[in-house]
Amino acid sequence: MHDEHDHDHGSHLTDMELRVRALETVLVEKGYVDPKALDLLIETYETRIGPHNGARVVAKAWIDPDYKSRLLKDASSAIAELGFTGRQGEHMVALENTDAVHNLVVCTLCSCYPWPVLGLPPVWYKSAPYRSRAVLDPRSVLAEFGVSLPANKQIKVWDSTAEIRYLVLPERPAGAEAWNEEQLSRLVTRDSMIGTGLARSPSEVS
Amino acid sequence: MNGAQDLGGMMGFGPVTAEPDEPVFHADWERRAFALTLAMAAPGGWNIDQSRAARESLHPAQYLAKSYYEIWVAGLEKLMAERGLVAPAEIDAGKALEPAKAVPSVLTAARVERVLARGGPTERVATAPQRLRVGDRVRARNIHPLGHTRLPRYVRGHVGQVTHVHGVHVLPDANAAGAGEKPQWLYTVRFAAQELWGETADPEASVSVDAWESYLEPA
Repeated sequence: MHDEHDHDHGSHLTDMELRVRALETVLVEKGYVDPKALDLLIETYETRIGPHNGARVVAKAWIDPDYKSRLLKDASSAIAELGFTGRQGEHMVALENTDAVHNLVVCTLCSCYPWPVLGLPPVWYKSAPYRSRAVLDPRSVLAEFGVSLPANKQIKVWDSTAEIRYLVLPERPAGAEAWNEEQLSRLVTRDSMIGTGLARSPSEVS
Repeated sequence: MNGAQDLGGMMGFGPVTAEPDEPVFHADWERRAFALTLAMAAPGGWNIDQSRAARESLHPAQYLAKSYYEIWVAGLEKLMAERGLVAPAEIDAGKALEPAKAVPSVLTAARVERVLARGGPTERVATAPQRLRVGDRVRARNIHPLGHTRLPRYVRGHVGQVTHVHGVHVLPDANAAGAGEKPQWLYTVRFAAQELWGETADPEASVSVDAWESYLEPA
């Protein structure tokens, strides 16, 4: 979709820039929208809510077994303990990766994604290549992200077809046993919480 | 509706291309389109299922050719036009040509934080007994509704196992049609990849979908 149409990207951009500007003008003129509310919505998702939230959840689960068991039992309330609640995260489920199981999350029908912990989804997550193939051939999709798993590892794909939102709890990498929660959170990537990546190794960040 | 949004299992789109250090938005119009779409739900009075249905009703060729936020803008324009809030000619003109309609509410800056924090929970109080249990074998019904549905084509007719019970949730099929919430029990059903895609599929892979009770029958 988007990223595959570079040849006409420029004209799209111009047309869309004009169209959306006109749309906003009409909506403000009619009193349907408050431009300050629009600015606040953008600022919220561009600067405040993002994968750093989810990274805190994962790091806490790695370091605190009680928290981890609460997270796996009732993710919505465990995540709410850290203050991450609301739109597109109303009904959360956490999926634990282990040495036997790898979880991968997709939304084949649209773009469902756990906003309070991961922010807005990247373009590839919303794109036709990912949505079409994550369910059909997850191993080849993972390979495109540089993730190769042992052939006997189970791959569980979760298609977000309802309002349940999924957060993958990646495996804790070795070599960071003495790290604290804040340090561990730097090992947690966005992709590792979708399942298209693994957590970083300590040598990658130190 | 068997529209272009139902992408699971299609081929020919090429590899997944991830952009390193991807920004949240790629152009200023995407920022505004995102915010306008969120903000218009209050005055527009539509629900999330109606928003999805509007996007899915695009001609398949258009749906597949448009970028993500282009689809959002097209869906928003359709919802507004259907309700007489904004006519396409007004957007073409870049100014209001008709008087504003009375709307139920407007999302003011002061309300943004509260509205986002509240979100849109879909769980409701059960009014019917739960008919399926974890471990039950079920078949996804072979249905092809003309309206909005959240049962993807690739599971229809296939047998899986109930793995989770999520309580009772608003039924998108009814909610999108403006027929009320008609809440139903919601389950996660796991299908072996080989059940869905045949014997050449990965023997260690499975795919789970969340499915309302009326999408399922005992197997």
